[in-house]
Amino acid sequence: MSTHTERSREPAIRVQNIEKSYKDLHVLKGVEFEVARGSIFALLGSNGAGKTTVVKILSTLLKADAGRASVNGFDVASQPGDVRESISLTGQFAAVDEVLTGRENLVLVAKLRHLNNPGRIADDLLARFSLTEAGGRKAATYSGGMRRRLDIAMSLIGNPPVIFLDEPTTGLDPEARIEVWDAVKELAQGGTTVLLTTQYLDEAEQLADRIAILHQGTIIVNGTLAELKALLPPAEVEYVEKQPSLEDVFFAVVGGDGAVGTSRTTNGVGPSNTTSNDPASADK
Amino acid sequence: MSKHFFGDTAVLTGRSLTHILRSPDTIITTALTPIAMMLMFVYVFGGAINTGNSSYVNYLLPGILLITIASGIAYTAYRLFLDMQGGIFERFQSMPIARSSVLWGHVLTSLVANLVSLTIVVLVALLMGFRSGAGVLAWLAVAGILILFTLALTWLAVIAGLSAKTVDGASAFSYPLIFLPFISSAFVPTETMPGPVRWFAENQPVTSIVDAIRSLLAQQPVGTDIWVALAWCIGILAIAFGFAMTTYRRKIA
Repeated sequence: MSTHTERSREPAIRVQNIEKSYKDLHVLKGVEFEVARGSIFALLGSNGAGKTTVVKILSTLLKADAGRASVNGFDVASQPGDVRESISLTGQFAAVDEVLTGRENLVLVAKLRHLNNPGRIADDLLARFSLTEAGGRKAATYSGGMRRRLDIAMSLIGNPPVIFLDEPTTGLDPEARIEVWDAVKELAQGGTTVLLTTQYLDEAEQLADRIAILHQGTIIVNGTLAELKALLPPAEVEYVEKQPSLEDVFFAVVGGDGAVGTSRTTNGVGPSNTTSNDPASADK
Repeated sequence: MSKHFFGDTAVLTGRSLTHILRSPDTIITTALTPIAMMLMFVYVFGGAINTGNSSYVNYLLPGILLITIASGIAYTAYRLFLDMQGGIFERFQSMPIARSSVLWGHVLTSLVANLVSLTIVVLVALLMGFRSGAGVLAWLAVAGILILFTLALTWLAVIAGLSAKTVDGASAFSYPLIFLPFISSAFVPTETMPGPVRWFAENQPVTSIVDAIRSLLAQQPVGTDIWVALAWCIGILAIAFGFAMTTYRRKIA
């Protein structure tokens, strides 16, 4: 089993100089990155940056025009069957069967992964993702967050070592986002390698061990959150002259308590969640 | 790769059969249009149509059965299209399954659904006075032709479902197929048609298939009709299967 041990020393995902065009649209122009085993890697980029294309190439749904990629030590072009054994894909749109119940969706995937006891696997996952009560209902009746949870639960069946989450929280409300984040964190604690794409900076910040930014077809930055922050110039204190607002002028003219009332300015700042050591709130 | 082909196909067929069981209206609508046509033709136009046959419903049924199949397979294209749209298709393709089983699941479901619709239409025809003294072998031959025809049109539907851009596009391809029996021997004998129309009617697949089924049910000798009918069915099946698989590989690679 020397090949096996070699494989376990390989990074979970290795992408080398991948290129892909759709007709004359050159989407990926030499993308390179590696993802260490058991880590969460966020691929950050705006809409249309090619994040989904990268995920599709890695999950054997698309072929790259040039370059090499391997997942779990298997080449995506020459060993697609082995790659599919190693991965699970949660696409951009929660890919659940709406006509089937939550439980039936899980049983379906367990059967397609040729596992014994699909019913028990389904029940365990329903419990783990707080879907036991909803398990008997058609997935069409689920809320956005529940669908995503079911979707992710379906991806966990068979414990694939690598999971791709393509924009897992796009279109979810804040509460559902946090549910999904918790699920992803729990996954990584179990040793699964997670590659997630997102267009939300705070999501990458919350979840990822490493973050790569895909922009105009290449990875322009790749590092830990601390490394990325170090790329920015250090924080400085600046003094900015404060121009009077119309409200200040109004109270100055009419007199009264408004003259000193800069606290009345309604310039839309003042969020309640800024902490006291935040420089933004300190200059009030 | 194909180690799990039969198991995966069975699982995925079970999935789409569940879809049909949960919305049985797809089978009912499939059967409803042909039944309405049958009522119209037998009780409205039929009296004025001279087929030289004792009973018009006996004459009409084979064509109605083909229309039933042509409208039934539109749902196959529709269901396949929805799978592609919803992302579940990609989920299946990224899993370690026999990849073509995704299509075969839909094809076998189409076969089962169409056989149910055909049975309903035949039962209604029986109520309307359809009678046949055909034996078991003749009925098996009829069933065989209908199954081949269903498979041939289903693979056409697979092409449409895979390549359609909209839901309407996915099912619109079936309209010409539903219309084809009207320019054939399905409703009226071709002898009364003007030259070019008659030539088309006599040389298109529906006429030979209808004539073969009609002869089998009427216990008449089938002559060469059945071979022409089988050649059409198998020819369409082979070509449609080839194109469907090519389209499929282009979609998933």
